[in-house]
Amino acid sequence: MAQAVVVAVPPTSGSGRTRRRSWTGWGFVGPFMAVFGLVFLAPIAYSLYLSLFRQQLVGGNAFVGLENFQRALGDPNLWEGFFRVALFLAVQVPIMLGIALLVALALDGGRLYGTAFFRISIFLPYAVPAVVATLMWGFMYGTRFGLVGNINDAFGIAMPDPLSSELVLASIGNIVTWEFVGYNMLIFYSALRVIPASLYEAAEIDGAGQWRVITAIKLPAIRGALVIATIFSIIGSFQLFSEPVILQQLAPNAISTDYTPNLYAYSLSFSGQQYNYSATVAIIMGLLTMLVAYLVQLRGMRKEA
Amino acid sequence: MTALPRTVLRGVALAGAATLALTACGGGSADDGGTAGEPVDTGSVLEDGGELLVWAWEPTLEQVVEDFEAEYPNVDVELANVGTGNDAYTALQNAIAAGSGVPDVAQVEYYALPQFAIAESLADLGGLGASELDGTFTPGPWASVQQGDGIYGLPMDSGPMALFYNEEVFTQHGVAVPTTWDEYVEAGRALHAADPEVYITSDSGDAGFTTSMIWQAGGKPYTVDGTDVTIDFTDEGSARFAEMWQQMVDEELVSPVAGWSDEWYQGLGNGTIASLIIGAWMPANLESGVEAAAGKWRVAPMPQWEAGGSDTAENGGSALSVTAASEQQELAYAFIEYANAGDGVQTRIDGGAFPATVAELESEEFLGKEFPYFGGQKVNEVLAQSAQGVVEGWQYLPFQVYANSIFNDTVGQAYVSDITLAEGLADWQEASVAYGNEQGFTVSD
Repeated sequence: MAQAVVVAVPPTSGSGRTRRRSWTGWGFVGPFMAVFGLVFLAPIAYSLYLSLFRQQLVGGNAFVGLENFQRALGDPNLWEGFFRVALFLAVQVPIMLGIALLVALALDGGRLYGTAFFRISIFLPYAVPAVVATLMWGFMYGTRFGLVGNINDAFGIAMPDPLSSELVLASIGNIVTWEFVGYNMLIFYSALRVIPASLYEAAEIDGAGQWRVITAIKLPAIRGALVIATIFSIIGSFQLFSEPVILQQLAPNAISTDYTPNLYAYSLSFSGQQYNYSATVAIIMGLLTMLVAYLVQLRGMRKEA
Repeated sequence: MTALPRTVLRGVALAGAATLALTACGGGSADDGGTAGEPVDTGSVLEDGGELLVWAWEPTLEQVVEDFEAEYPNVDVELANVGTGNDAYTALQNAIAAGSGVPDVAQVEYYALPQFAIAESLADLGGLGASELDGTFTPGPWASVQQGDGIYGLPMDSGPMALFYNEEVFTQHGVAVPTTWDEYVEAGRALHAADPEVYITSDSGDAGFTTSMIWQAGGKPYTVDGTDVTIDFTDEGSARFAEMWQQMVDEELVSPVAGWSDEWYQGLGNGTIASLIIGAWMPANLESGVEAAAGKWRVAPMPQWEAGGSDTAENGGSALSVTAASEQQELAYAFIEYANAGDGVQTRIDGGAFPATVAELESEEFLGKEFPYFGGQKVNEVLAQSAQGVVEGWQYLPFQVYANSIFNDTVGQAYVSDITLAEGLADWQEASVAYGNEQGFTVSD
């Protein structure tokens, strides 16, 4: 929008007009800047400010410089959580994006009956709020009265408890995959739809099969969408919170208060009143997420070039 | 109550915050200086009136507030529910830290009270008249609201523990209701052997339950003297509990269902969870949450360490406190005295609460009440008896809220891995000591 304003006013030599022109620009971006500053920059600045202090139940508030950061870098609770979400990222995201891609290609292939029906039903879970989805899955995971319990009874088998310490991360992965396959599928599908039909016609004339069309035309054409979906998924993985926090009530011993970095920051602040250290943890996680997302983007760009 | 599920109700907290603005202009008529040491002349303070903001989640208070306002038309009480338990403490802590919007009266559970008393967030009610209430309340709750020489709240309800059991299940399998912990372990084995689906109780690691059990066993793991704190889970009482409960966990005699979950309610209803050792506030929860088992449950005294003993402990329960930041402490005190030691007590009993006042606990009407849910049993007789036997000398940490929040990270692991309860308690101790020292207390093992 700001660009349009600059173009609309022709450059002149009058100094008075120059001043008015700059004010006009600010008038347009002002509301945005005010909201942006208030809801985006101010909280970040406040977190940075908080992270430099330490408030104690006994002894009050004191400036501690970078001590909180020093502590966080050597805090096993934080890094354990970090590596847990990193593992989650490495396993769950490829599975989820793989399924989403397969579904998008299948829908785009045009050989499926009821495309619209499949498209909407696969997308539907995304419309369910994460909290509701997790509660729902939590009931199904129950080994006594839940779906797992029913299956065990019906077939006389004993499936392992999905909410046990060993399996709960995989169970969370299953919920997240269920929630977000549809969303990612839609990104891929819309990218596939804008590929010009002439490319397919040319491929047909050259005698290319379906597999060749996919590898030589479709995948390269949607690389941008793949990179975007990957970056979103990375951010989502590092911010993993709602699913573990809801399941924690069902499996309090399997999901600790520092299970993911976000959950750790939440516990520090809301149970421990350690707002300062919590802000520090949040800042470090923010920086790490940005770093990983940036690296992925760089790699995606380079391939494209 | 401690045991209510800790759902994150941030919306409620926000709604509470919105009400702050309304009360910021509440005019105070009482002067807060110079009266310390003199009991409040309740009559004139109430006559002058004023506005009070009360933060509480206890449902029976609504009727108390209505009656109170009808009796003292000059007083305007605003009752706000800013969340239950932890959520309420978070809201209170935030308001105190912000220095504005602090309520005049707040509901605080006994285990959380020291945390607010130490931080000087609550007013000492001794000088306002509370010191004259000695003997009004049962010993357990009365001790719980005192810190050092100060009295930081008036007990609202109490949770002396008892054994709630499903009589049908015990009779069906020919198992006698246990009176000692040895018998309890045996009964657990017998029930589970008779029907592998049936467990004598459920436990997946609950801080409130564990501390109460240690309390009954005579353990005193926490010693608090101002900001000097000692945490020691190797004392005799703690070891006694850990050893007994370890058998239950090892032999898988306790159902691993988490308390207050959907499966838990179902288990209580269908007989697969056959009993609960829990506070006296449980009847109302059973009546509303476990309708399927109406008529089957009974209440018996808590099992004992020595045959013939009568030792019990408190589990949950809360007080109403006046905040240090309140500008109308006298009026606020007049309200909580009405609610917890005056006419409000009967109102709350009628609403289903379990009181902490001696007079009501001894009244014929209270003791003689028959509960249809419990097959007509006079449940309050057992529970009032339990209130008499609460072991003296128990203290909670001045940062118990946080300590309880990490219970499952440490002791909880004993339920799902190879580590023992004793080792879990040692881990909990270590983490609590570290946190306490970080927060400026002097904590030692």
